[in-house]
Amino acid sequence: MTETANTALLTLASLACERDDRVLFSGLTMQARAGEIWQITGANGAGKTTLLRILVGLHGFYEGRCQWAIPRLQEELLYLGHQPGIREELSAEENLRFACALNGQAGDLMSALQAVGLRGFEDVPAAHLSAGQKRRIALARLWLSRKRVWVLDEPYTAIDQHGVESLDACLQSAAGQGTLVIYTSHHRVDGRVRRLHLAGGQAEVVS
Amino acid sequence: MRAFRATLMRELLLLWRNPAEIINPLFFFVMVVSLFPLAISPEPKQLALVAPGVVWVAALLAVMLSMDGLFRRDQESGVLDQLLTAPVLPVIPVSAKLLAHWLMTGLPLVLVSPLLGHMMQLPTLALEPLMLSILLGTPSLTVVGAIGAALTVGLNRGGILLAVLVLPLYIPVLIFGAGAVTTAVQGGPVDGVLAVLGALLALTLSLGPLAVAAGLKISSGN
Repeated sequence: MTETANTALLTLASLACERDDRVLFSGLTMQARAGEIWQITGANGAGKTTLLRILVGLHGFYEGRCQWAIPRLQEELLYLGHQPGIREELSAEENLRFACALNGQAGDLMSALQAVGLRGFEDVPAAHLSAGQKRRIALARLWLSRKRVWVLDEPYTAIDQHGVESLDACLQSAAGQGTLVIYTSHHRVDGRVRRLHLAGGQAEVVS
Repeated sequence: MRAFRATLMRELLLLWRNPAEIINPLFFFVMVVSLFPLAISPEPKQLALVAPGVVWVAALLAVMLSMDGLFRRDQESGVLDQLLTAPVLPVIPVSAKLLAHWLMTGLPLVLVSPLLGHMMQLPTLALEPLMLSILLGTPSLTVVGAIGAALTVGLNRGGILLAVLVLPLYIPVLIFGAGAVTTAVQGGPVDGVLAVLGALLALTLSLGPLAVAAGLKISSGN
């Protein structure tokens, strides 16, 4: 391994967060490197989404340190939130085109939509698509130009068996090319995945 | 620039597919003004006396009512989070959004205002100042309203809070907007009053979008 691959992209030191007088997690210390896949697990309401929002800078109320070794994180970040950012009035292609323009991503939209199995649906308003298909529109960004950090909130929700397999493959190939992938889900990607478990106010790195 | 253009096109498309958002403020504006001759009296002298204030208050409320939904659906669908984590400064897509919103809701008010002024028995020479004052005033109202909309987007029932936040800030625009028309009715020079409206517009256009972007950040939990 080269030295650059070994330096931590993300450092969390005694990170703690409270919400409505309840400690979501505390004493969270971890380092994540390029090319790793991190799965964040925990019961509903354990603070997974809040943790991801802290990581991407959307939630500022925390203690401790959350530091990225990337000068301008937003240039290198692909964040898919709990709500995938799809407007129902717009078609799959219009939604994806806007997301790409906003995030400075380039690539062939049609082949990305094909990769998520939405070819033939690109002109259908998202209101007429199923929950899984809406999420697939957002996931299509994973098949467009590469970012160094992926932060995905529940990417597997409402995705069918075949979609899960292709998403697995996509995450692994991205990690193979040096992308740091952090996602929350109860689904386990095959292969070397590190896991962070949030439970009862504690956060521990399980593997 | 790419993000600005993409946001502008997207917003115009979204408003086009939700025609209610364009028609509602316009309909409100026309309805409120046309109720006054019924309520006061169709007597031209009395109507002309209150006309500048009535048209302006109705325009102001129409703009304010259209602001509440400005960011709501984007917030619910997660688009605002995308906007705040994007590699462009949030103020760029925000400005595009405001421009699209004004084009689709403010501009129609400008276009029908001479008609309503005529209905309210304003003298013909005051119709042009009326239109100009609404043209210069409504963008300020949109931008200031958007600051309130950004701050209240996370709240379930932000509507009344939005009015409380925003109405005091609308007062200068209202005073000079209605003032321009009144001055024109009395035959005075309107250039000075319109210039003040223009100055208010310059102020809100230069600082407003920054405040809106900051408001969105606060609402997202930062």
